[in-house]
Formats: sequence, structure tokens, C-alpha cells
Amino acid sequence: MTERLFEGADWDFHTLQRITDACEEVAKNDLGLDVYPNQIEVITAEQMLDAYSSVGMPLFYKHWSFGKHFAYHEASYRKGLMGLAYEIVINSSPCISYLMEENTATMQTLVIAHAAFGHNHFFKNNYLFKQWTDADGILDYLDFAKNYVMQCEERFGRAEVERTLDAAHALMSHGIDRYPGKKKLDLRAEEKRAGRRRQHEEEVFNDLWRTVPAGKSKSRSALSVERRRKLLGLPQENLLYFLEKSAPRLAPWQRELLRIVRHIAQYFYPQSQTKVMNEGTATYVHYRIMTKLHQQGRITDGNFLEFLGSHTNVVFQPEFDDPRFSGFNPYALGFAMMQDIERIVTSPSDEDREWFPDIAGKNDVMGVLRDVWANYRDESFIGQFLSPKLMRQLRMFHLHDDPEERAGIRVDAIHDERGFRRVRRELARQHDVGYIDANIEVVDVDLSGDRRLILHHHVIKGAQLNETDAKRVLQHLADLWTYDVSLIEVDANDKVLREYVVSPRPIPAAA
Amino acid sequence: MPIHIIDRRLNPGGKSLENRQRFLRRAKSLVQGAVKKTSQERDIKDVLEGGEVTIPLDGMHEPRFRREGGTRDMVLPGNKKFVEGDYLQRSGQGSAKDSGPGEGDSEDAFRFVLSRDEFVDLFLDDLELPDLAKRKIAQTESEGIQRAGYTTSGSPANISVSRTVKLALARRIALKRPRKEEIEELEAAIAACTDEDERVVLLAELEKLKAKTKRIPFIDPLDIRYRRFETVPKPVAQAVMFCLMDVSGSMSEHMKDLAKRFYMLLYVFLKRRYKHVEIVFIRHTDRAEEVDEQTFFYGPASGGTLVSSALQAMHEIVRERFNPSDWNIYAAQASDGDNSYSDGELTGMLLTDKILPVCQFFAYLEVGESGGSAFDLSDSSLWTLYERLRNSGAPLSMRKVSERSEIFPVFHDLFQRRETSQEKAAP
Repeated sequence: MTERLFEGADWDFHTLQRITDACEEVAKNDLGLDVYPNQIEVITAEQMLDAYSSVGMPLFYKHWSFGKHFAYHEASYRKGLMGLAYEIVINSSPCISYLMEENTATMQTLVIAHAAFGHNHFFKNNYLFKQWTDADGILDYLDFAKNYVMQCEERFGRAEVERTLDAAHALMSHGIDRYPGKKKLDLRAEEKRAGRRRQHEEEVFNDLWRTVPAGKSKSRSALSVERRRKLLGLPQENLLYFLEKSAPRLAPWQRELLRIVRHIAQYFYPQSQTKVMNEGTATYVHYRIMTKLHQQGRITDGNFLEFLGSHTNVVFQPEFDDPRFSGFNPYALGFAMMQDIERIVTSPSDEDREWFPDIAGKNDVMGVLRDVWANYRDESFIGQFLSPKLMRQLRMFHLHDDPEERAGIRVDAIHDERGFRRVRRELARQHDVGYIDANIEVVDVDLSGDRRLILHHHVIKGAQLNETDAKRVLQHLADLWTYDVSLIEVDANDKVLREYVVSPRPIPAAA
Repeated sequence: MPIHIIDRRLNPGGKSLENRQRFLRRAKSLVQGAVKKTSQERDIKDVLEGGEVTIPLDGMHEPRFRREGGTRDMVLPGNKKFVEGDYLQRSGQGSAKDSGPGEGDSEDAFRFVLSRDEFVDLFLDDLELPDLAKRKIAQTESEGIQRAGYTTSGSPANISVSRTVKLALARRIALKRPRKEEIEELEAAIAACTDEDERVVLLAELEKLKAKTKRIPFIDPLDIRYRRFETVPKPVAQAVMFCLMDVSGSMSEHMKDLAKRFYMLLYVFLKRRYKHVEIVFIRHTDRAEEVDEQTFFYGPASGGTLVSSALQAMHEIVRERFNPSDWNIYAAQASDGDNSYSDGELTGMLLTDKILPVCQFFAYLEVGESGGSAFDLSDSSLWTLYERLRNSGAPLSMRKVSERSEIFPVFHDLFQRRETSQEKAAP
């Protein structure tokens, strides 16, 4: 029999090393995971709270809002309203996992398997993370950001920097490029080309041409509108990018701050799109590793039961009428789907063969899962792999709440033959960030007039913006743009539902 | 693959401190309001304990574009009885209660914990007192002594033995003074020696060693070190605060509340300047007694009014327990101004001869019913008496208060007035 990794609940750093080695062995040999090098850091509860308040990152620039979050978390933690996470893991290379010192040895094993191998594999292999995040560079970049913000505060005053960052934070959710590989117009090249054209005109200038009678010329203004929009890269849904590049009166350092906030938002973008998958992967991985370690006799029955206790808590999914219900638990849904895929791959039913001809009975569980983990995000993952069996098991149903409907909320579909596809489509849509975030884009700038910035919000299903918040965000936007900003809410038929116009506040005593 | 395991637990904490301070600075006015409100509900001593405050989230809001309303679709787990096409009652209990995803619970009030220092800072900042505290501290200084290294001269009582021996040892080693064992060894060798010639050599060597031992003393005056002391200005670190209050029947709850607020401020103020603050509560009717805080503010009492009894009690307590050279003595008296006429003479005498000379500060607060402005109160007997004393040069501070809101300004005013040395300014 192999040696036990630890006895009881106590651990020391050698234990952690042994645990990590054992987990790595299973992860590599049995699961075929491919991970970044691991770095494991043991931290205290206070440090965990610190990490909470700065979105989990080990270093971050200073801003009051992080202090607010810290105060909030601290208060609820002290009162016992909130337990702290067992771990935080950072998508970087090396992949840093923070473990709480309070965890027992079993919990440390669970957490190492979960974060240092599950999440780590997902970060390294999922296409969204590959596309959008630079795991090698993120820590250096954060360090740069922190110092840059500090220098700006020294040079331009804390109030000014705070004003810019406040505004940038308000727009953070709209500071993301949603589509990869968008060719950005090179403004400098544009400028050169314009210069060359002018030179050419001068060279071939002949006053005689003026006397030649011409037909009615094309509408110059219409042309220039097209041209202008193109030059500005409009329509543009990345508001921070647009401001950084085109706001007329921002100082260079302000543009750099916007850029920093934008980059960080972009860094987190894949995480918001893959919550279910990411947690599902990590939970599935820790479950497999722990089970294997138990089978090998490296953890005792007692420790394994302790693990099962925590595991069950993590993947608990309350039903909709339970007071504890607050939406789908990504751990529960993700883990259930991963296990379901395992079942389909190894012992499919006829139904599965019909629904999932590609993977049913393929028998290579890890091959299929690794492929899924690499190439899907929540929306496509659910849309593709949520099986009728799981829908039945979780007893999913779809509610349609139309305020116009007097009779009440309609049950649109349930977990039956007629409803499977609709329920699945709807659940996938709930996990589509493109659908969750308001669709707002810059459509035009009145350059020849009062330089007003015009934004459109394309209203979907009648969900308009919250008025107070919208006004506040627009105020921030106007402050950065320094001219009027108008936001028009239009529905699918281009009917204007509402228009906001906000003017910038005067800058208090420009330094 | 190499795995790094790092223990971060020993890293300096308080990484978020800076952010927290920024947050507090930004929320200053809100937090101050909350602090003021919280402090009204507390006992005097508890004011300093910091603790939880709640501020409206409004000013600290971080806005985002959020959508709301419209047609909503949601997929939920745990269907029990619904079939397609059912309608659920809106706004009723049961299933309609479910919150759709993305509808985060909005927190309209924000609760968090302030540390003791933060709490007091905000509390006093509101009073605009910090500057005052700084100026005052100079007045309460006295000389103290503290160790400051070693010196080569001093009184024998201050010899630092360990340091002296250490230096001597170093010197002996450096100069190669023969050790006792070496000499003993040599002597033993001589005793055991049989060869006469060798014996002579050994004896000569022994002589040499002995001579060297004499030349190099075990402790040289050069080695001696004395502990050095320095006098440093040191604030007297303790203060006692006397709260005197008339609790006769004429004092209403409102008046007591005003008095309590005043005492509370004084306590907080003193607490910030002195490490150790004692409070003595003396209540009086026609008799005075020292009581605890609860009894002081809430214990029932009735009787006539003799202010001198309280002053006498205070005088005795000072004599017994609080030596004026060790203690900073502050006194605040609250009363509705009633005093029996026959007592005036005695009160005045006690105050000028016994109390005022030992006090840093004596404040008299005349509390009135709410609604009556300071002008409406005709001068009471006590006020008239104190006014007379003050005009004849006694260092008395006195104010009239009838509204809760006046407490802060009056407190501020009292301390500031003392700064500009007793100049007469009747409201």
C-alpha cells in the first residue's frame, strides 16, 4: 500500500509538497492535464480579505472603491454572515493559488486539486483565455499599472486621478472588445495618406478645370459622414477604447489610465463567460483526483468523508422555491454536466446516442472533456451539451414573464420532449454575456457641430437602462468626453424609446 | 515540474489600509453623520470603542449600465407540478418570488466597522478640535527622565556592571592578560618538576606572567561605564474628570441629557490627550455623593440644592486620591442654576480657594428646558454668583445651553475661549 499523504487534519509545508506531487501525478497520468507551473501561497484570513477587495489580484492600483469593498467584506465576515473562499487562483504563469491557513490537510488537498490543477488547466487551454489573456504578462502589467497610477497621483493630484478612474470604472463593463482580430484603423497611416492625397492635388492643380461646367456634385456632407465614421472606427461598442483614442481633450496620462482599466476588464472578460465551465472543470478535476488518491490509499476513509462533505456543499443546488435559491450554482451545474458527459461517453442510452452522436459511446472520457474544456464557453457549452437526462434530473423549466400579460408568468417549457430544446436554448442564453450586458455603442460624433457624442442602446425585450445609474454613468462619460453626450435607447424597429442628454461638469480648477 | 510553495502569512498586513483610508476620506461627511448618530446612543466610555456604523450607500455608489424591466425569461431548477402553458400568479408568494439571474440584491445601506482611532478622529474632527489638542499638549508637559546609552563618567550608583565587565573582558583578551588557569598550571608544573635547571626557567616564566597580571588589571578605570540618563519633556499622562451635577427635582430628563452629552464630549476630548482618564461622578442635591455612571444619569434623587456640598466632596476626593501634581484635573458642572441663597458665600469661597487653584479647567454649564433660548433665561442664582467670581478674575468657563444642537458649538466655544485667555464675551 502506498504511503498516506498525511494523518489527521494538520499539515506543514512538506505535507503540501507531498500533496501537490500526488495531485500532479494523477492530473498528468490519469487525466492528461496540461498546466502552467504552479505556485502555492499560504495566506491568512486578512490577506484573503485583501485579495477579495482587489478582485483577487495580488497587486493592484489604489482606489477608494477597493477600500469600500474591503470594509464591506470585513464587516460581513466578522459578523459571520460570510465565509471566505478556501482558495483564490490567478490566471497567470506561474499559476498562483492562494490557500487559507485555516484549511485542514484534506481541504488543502481538495483546494490544490481544484485550483492548481483544475482551474490551471482550464486557464491554459480554453480558447477564450488563450485569445484574450496574457498569463505571462499579467503580473508585470499590474505592477506597471500600480506604479503608473501612483506616479500620476504624484504629478497630477489624487483628485484628478480619482476622477478619471471613477469614470473609467463606471464604463468598465463597456470597455471590452467582444470580437477578436478586429482590424483597427491606423490613424497615423490615415493621416499620411491624407497628406499624400493633398500633395497630389496640389501637383496636378490646374485652374482651368474650375471653369469646366460640372453636374450637380455629390452630397459632400453625406460622404464625409461615412468617411468620418470610418475614421473614428464607428460604430464602436468598446466605449473606453473609443474615449482613449478619440476623446478630444484628454491628457495623455488620462488616456493611459483608461487603457489600463480597459486591459484589466479585458483580462477578466473570459472569466465572466466561463463561470460554469471553469468551476465545473475544477470541481470535476478535484473530484477525480481525490477519488483516485483515496483508491490508492493515500488519504484515509475519514479524510475522504470530510472531502465528500465539503464537495457536497460546493455542488449543492437549491431548488427555485428554496429560500436559499439564488440562481444556478455554477459549481453544481458545471460539475453535473461534466459528469453527465462522462456518462454519455462511457455508457450512453439510446436518447444520448440520438442527441450526442459525436461523443456517445466514444469511451475516451478525458479526450472528450479536454476538447470541450478547450473549445467552448458557457453559452455554447450548455447549448451543446446539456442533456435531456440532466434537464429531467434537475427538473428544469422555463418561465416567461411578460409585464403585459395579465394572467401572470407563463411556464413556457418544461423538462419534457417538447421542451428540452427550448429550455436548453434559454439556459444557454442566460449564460451569454453578449446577451446579459446592455448593448451600447457609439454611433456618431457631431464633429462639425457641437461635438456631441451619440450612443445607442439597442433595447432587447424591453429591458431599458436603470435611469439613475444610466445618468450617473453618462455623467462620467460626458466628463471624459468634455462635450455633451446623448444616449438614445432604440428598440429592434429603431423606434426611439428614450433619450438621455448629459453635459460635462466643469473641471474644478484645472491644474 | 518545480512547485513553489510560499508562506505569505508573515507578509505585512494592512495591504488594504491605504484603500480604506481613501474610502473613508471620500465618505467623510457620510461617515461623520453616522458617527454622530451612533455616539448619541452610547454610554460615555463606549464612545471610544469604535464599532459598526451604517452609511447610506448613495454617495458611495459605483454606477454601471444596468438593465431592468422588460420581458424576462428564466430557466429554473426544481419543477414539481408545472406543465407547459401554466400561468403563475405574479407578486404572490411561492414561485413568483424568485429573483431572476442578474438581479443583484441592491444594498441601500452600507455597514462596516470603524476602528477606535478612526471613530474618535471622525468624532472630534467634526468638532474641529484636533488643532486645539495640539496646542494644549505643550501646557501639560513635565520633565521626565529616560535612559540614553552609556557614559564614561557619572555617579557610582549608576555603574553599569554588565557593560563594564564586558569591556574589561575585551581589553583583557586583547592585551593577552594571563588567565588564572595558566598560572595554576605553571605552578603545578613547577611543583612536579624535578630538574633544577628547568625549574629555574619555569620560575622565571611564572614571575613574568605574574608581573604581567599586575600590569594589566582585571578591571581598569578605562572599562568603567555609567548608565546615562536624559531628561525629556513628558506630558502628564493621566487626567481625572469630575462631573458634577445637580440632580434635584428641578432638573428634567432633557437637562440631564444635555449634561450627559457635554460630559461625553469632554471625556472623548480628554481621552485623546491623556493615556489614562478617570471619571468621578458627583451628584448632589443638598448632599453630595460619589456615584457610578448609571446612578449619576438615571438614579432617582430629590431634595434641595446646595452646590457647596458637591464642591466640598470634590475637594475631599482630590485631596484623598488625586494629587494635583500627578493628575490633570478637569471639572465640569451642570446645573439648572438653582442654589439656595445662603449657600452662595460658601460656594464662592470653596471655588476660589480650593477648587480652581488645582483645576486645569473648570466649566460650568447651565442647562435649560428645550425651547427656551439663552436670552429668555433670566440669570439664575448660581450664574450670578459665578459671573461675579469670573469678573473678579477667577478662571471659570461658563455657558448656557438649552438645545441638544447647541452642545457641539458650546463645547467648541468653551475650549477655544480658554485659548484666547479669559476674555469676556457674553452671548
